[in-house]
Amino acid sequence: MDLILEGIIKAFSLIFTLDAEVLGITLLSLQISGTATLISLFIGISMGTAVALTRFPGRQFVVSLINTGMGLPPVVVGLFVTILLWRNGPLGFLEILYTPTAIILAQAVIATPIVMGISLAAIQHLPVNLRLQILALGASRIQMVWILVKEARLPLLAAVMAGFGGVISEVGASIMVGGNIKGYSRVLTTATVMETGRGNFDIAIALSVILMLLSFLINALLTQIQQRERPR
Amino acid sequence: MNPAGDLNILLQARDLLVRRGGVTVLDIPALDVLSGQILALIGPNGAGKSTLLLTLAGLLKPSQGGFLFGEERVTDPFAYRRRVAMVFQEPLLFDATVFDNVASGLKIRGVGRAEIERTVPGYLERFGIGHLSRRSARKLSGGEAQRTSLARAFVTRPEIIFLDEPFSSLDPPTRGGLIGDLEKILCEMRTTAVLATHDQTEALRLADRMAVMNGGRIAQIGPVPEVMNHPADGFVASFVGVETVLPGRVVKVSDGVFIASIEGGREIEAVGLVRPGALVLCCIRPENVTITTKSDHTRTSARNVFPGKIWQITSLGLFHRVQVDCGFDLTAYVTRQSLDDLDLVEGREVIASFKATAVHVITRQATPPA
Repeated sequence: MDLILEGIIKAFSLIFTLDAEVLGITLLSLQISGTATLISLFIGISMGTAVALTRFPGRQFVVSLINTGMGLPPVVVGLFVTILLWRNGPLGFLEILYTPTAIILAQAVIATPIVMGISLAAIQHLPVNLRLQILALGASRIQMVWILVKEARLPLLAAVMAGFGGVISEVGASIMVGGNIKGYSRVLTTATVMETGRGNFDIAIALSVILMLLSFLINALLTQIQQRERPR
Repeated sequence: MNPAGDLNILLQARDLLVRRGGVTVLDIPALDVLSGQILALIGPNGAGKSTLLLTLAGLLKPSQGGFLFGEERVTDPFAYRRRVAMVFQEPLLFDATVFDNVASGLKIRGVGRAEIERTVPGYLERFGIGHLSRRSARKLSGGEAQRTSLARAFVTRPEIIFLDEPFSSLDPPTRGGLIGDLEKILCEMRTTAVLATHDQTEALRLADRMAVMNGGRIAQIGPVPEVMNHPADGFVASFVGVETVLPGRVVKVSDGVFIASIEGGREIEAVGLVRPGALVLCCIRPENVTITTKSDHTRTSARNVFPGKIWQITSLGLFHRVQVDCGFDLTAYVTRQSLDDLDLVEGREVIASFKATAVHVITRQATPPA
């Protein structure tokens, strides 16, 4: 019991004294997962929308693939990204294995199907005739797609939340492709794993609390936007 | 023959064919939409009304054929769509304020903010939604939402507007109010319109001409009274009902009873709240028309009594449809028994009569077709 209590007390002192190392890890986590989420939004929303609005042979299969991808195990992604970036792998020449860039790449791979799947569902959920109505209002194809995405903005916020929530808490891929290098590619989750392994529960708890607080704050912010937009 | 007389043809469809999965769902050899007129497409569900509207609105590529708009062949649906507008059965509003919804067509066309601020309020007022300008479209009632949808279509000043059953999801009082307002606006703006509906009262109130559709084809097209008075076939008759429809003008009003002057200078007495000078359609159902022979006509208490000559008798099984030329065409249903008793035959002189209360009166904003 003491262990937990002491851990929590130490954790809060680390947080409130703005411990340099903890702060650095937190900022790096935010930066990496934020960038990965942005990339996944760009690819996920555009491809999700494209699949939602088109009919082609094998579409059903593609939708199944996307839905499966929403639950992609991070370790599997970590494994394949590692192989890809390995010195004599296909993208080895980039020499980015064990860098923050590699983590961004892996996290983007994890988040993209999540964003794509939710976008696909969100756009498909709009009334069928809405597309015709937008075209009837004089819109070009591009204007129509843009208006549809704007109409689906509330469910798309859920995509942002799910994507970010998925990657900020992910550990397998980050440790495999990032290497957990101190001050360079060490993020909240990988640091927690390491500190727990070393028996430094106080620091591990501090990192976990920060991780949960971050998740909570970002989701609370997005939820607030979503609820404010939604009519009562 | 051009049924329009001197009216210009605004939209001219030729050999339109729409196939879906090998099945022909729309087959329109020819259809003209006349400038400034309202054409009602009437027919049961699945008759092809919506498909025809979508095709004419440039939203559905026909499998074959095409149409002329003005003088030009429509080849660029995008450019064409910016000159027309369409309103659907559901309001299909955007998740934005009423103002922004109504402004959306202008915004899409790249109209500047200043001009939008100048144009939109007038249309909000016209459709009675000025006070809702800042309200979220998601918080509107059905009627308010459909008004917003209509305002959004009209604000772009379309040369032709396509209305796909815009009232059918509204409750009757809301529907009545909206039809009245739409009638006024269509009349004021002289907008050409094509209205799909399965409700003949809407067609009677709003349309100049009507096309009865069945199985993807037009069964009959013509001025509303003509279609109603002379259904071309059994389907049209069963769908629109055989009703005598007489356009007229109110000449005298007293105590809820009025007299309307109809074609040939004849007068009809009817019940209704109308103003002198108002344009009306007097509709008389055939079962309310009584036919008598000359000898006993004094016994009738009906206010509308017209001598005429039977020009056609058609057997409908249980009863007969008797068409009498009284200077205008009047249709009556007569039982076989009465037919024999009165010895009714084609060419016979008879007295046709109906009560003032049997006249269903529809007030019209627009000029009825001559």
